[in-house]
Amino acid sequence: MIYLDHAATAFARPPEVRDAMVHFLDRVSANPGRSGHRLSLAAAEVVYEAREAVAELFHAPDPLRVVFGLNGTEAINQALVGLLRPGDHVVTSSLEHNAVMRPLRALEARGVAVTVVRCSPEGLLDPAHIEQALRPETRMIVLNHASNVVGTVLPVAAAGRIARAHGVLLLVDAAQTAGAWPIDVEGDHIDLLAFTGHKSLLGPTGTGGLVIGARVDPGAMQPLKHGGTGSASEHERQPEFLPDRLESGTPNAVGIAGLGAAVRWLLDRGIEAVQEQEAALAVRLIAGLSAIAGVRVYGTEDPARRTATVSFTVAGRSVAEVGYALDESFDILSRVGLHCAPAAHRTIGTFPEGTVRFSLGLFNNADDVDCAVDAVARIAGGSP
Amino acid sequence: MSSEAHAVVVVHSTSHAMKITRRLKERGLAWKLVPVPRHISSDCGVCVRILRADVEAVRSAVAELGVEIVGIEEI
Repeated sequence: MIYLDHAATAFARPPEVRDAMVHFLDRVSANPGRSGHRLSLAAAEVVYEAREAVAELFHAPDPLRVVFGLNGTEAINQALVGLLRPGDHVVTSSLEHNAVMRPLRALEARGVAVTVVRCSPEGLLDPAHIEQALRPETRMIVLNHASNVVGTVLPVAAAGRIARAHGVLLLVDAAQTAGAWPIDVEGDHIDLLAFTGHKSLLGPTGTGGLVIGARVDPGAMQPLKHGGTGSASEHERQPEFLPDRLESGTPNAVGIAGLGAAVRWLLDRGIEAVQEQEAALAVRLIAGLSAIAGVRVYGTEDPARRTATVSFTVAGRSVAEVGYALDESFDILSRVGLHCAPAAHRTIGTFPEGTVRFSLGLFNNADDVDCAVDAVARIAGGSP
Repeated sequence: MSSEAHAVVVVHSTSHAMKITRRLKERGLAWKLVPVPRHISSDCGVCVRILRADVEAVRSAVAELGVEIVGIEEI
């Protein structure tokens, strides 16, 4: 079996992730930050170590401003719903996933204005278009760091400079890049970074979070959930300090144990090394697919401007047929359709049919890529 | 060591205590996480026990961390 659906969820993980989770379940397993006995403290230590690892990976200065949650979607919702009010204006791109688009459309119905800046059919965004879309009431710029459909990387550093110059906040959806691409929240002026744990970060599902920059006042952020935090228990109002304000209820500590181990493993390996390895495979995949008659590959070929997520179509075959043939006849797992990103497919011209998507991971190799290219060539040639 | 020789740094949450203990470790200052004494607060959390002699050194070590200290109490 060749797994090429890492943009949805990673398949293989370092054994350290499983080991950390088993250790937590067998030896720790208490409620972090609640009781104060030794196991509760050990659990809190595991969670805090994960905050430190995440902060180090994203160059965030304060681990207390790493707020854990279920996934990227929850983090994005927390940032958007927590900060935007009727009358505010938001600028976003036409490459966004529904994790951004749906909460924005819901907020639009409550009086938040939304401008969607068009990206090129290749999936590239000109930062000047973001600046042109700003209004006096613009509160936030919201950008995908990289498209989950075509893999193109958006100019977040340029957007960060624009955001600072105009006094607006920058929220980056790093679902596709966290763990696969360098991210520097300080250097790139990212005020809010939403990440998920189960993709390139190589952690388990049910983990993710929001990194909150110094320009965001946590007291002004409305929590998605209110409840027990193990702190300030004498008060019936939600505390204003982080991370507690946005972390009500017992966290997914066993998942966070796995996430912390995964991020530490990535830090030891080096994100630049991860990026180089995946880029080499992506270049090989794009070259192979592009050489097949009847196959069209979307997005830029430039490895400096894309992740290892590659979308393509095969002339005369529906994407569903191609995906089914890859799975049934070639034992290759891909993802077909719209990838929860209708705006992105409209941008690249593949709506409503969608594309076939191969998304490579750190544990894929050149043989996997060659087998996948060969399988697509056979399908394009009329087999099976 | 007798309890008279100690003080506790009371903070808002366990995460804050974790951040402080890392700094104290870096500075070579003695610490232990202990439940908040009941005569100080009814909260269910923990605080950082330090040597009473280290109170000023702890204040200065924690000053630039950005963690709000609720209070330092002798115990």
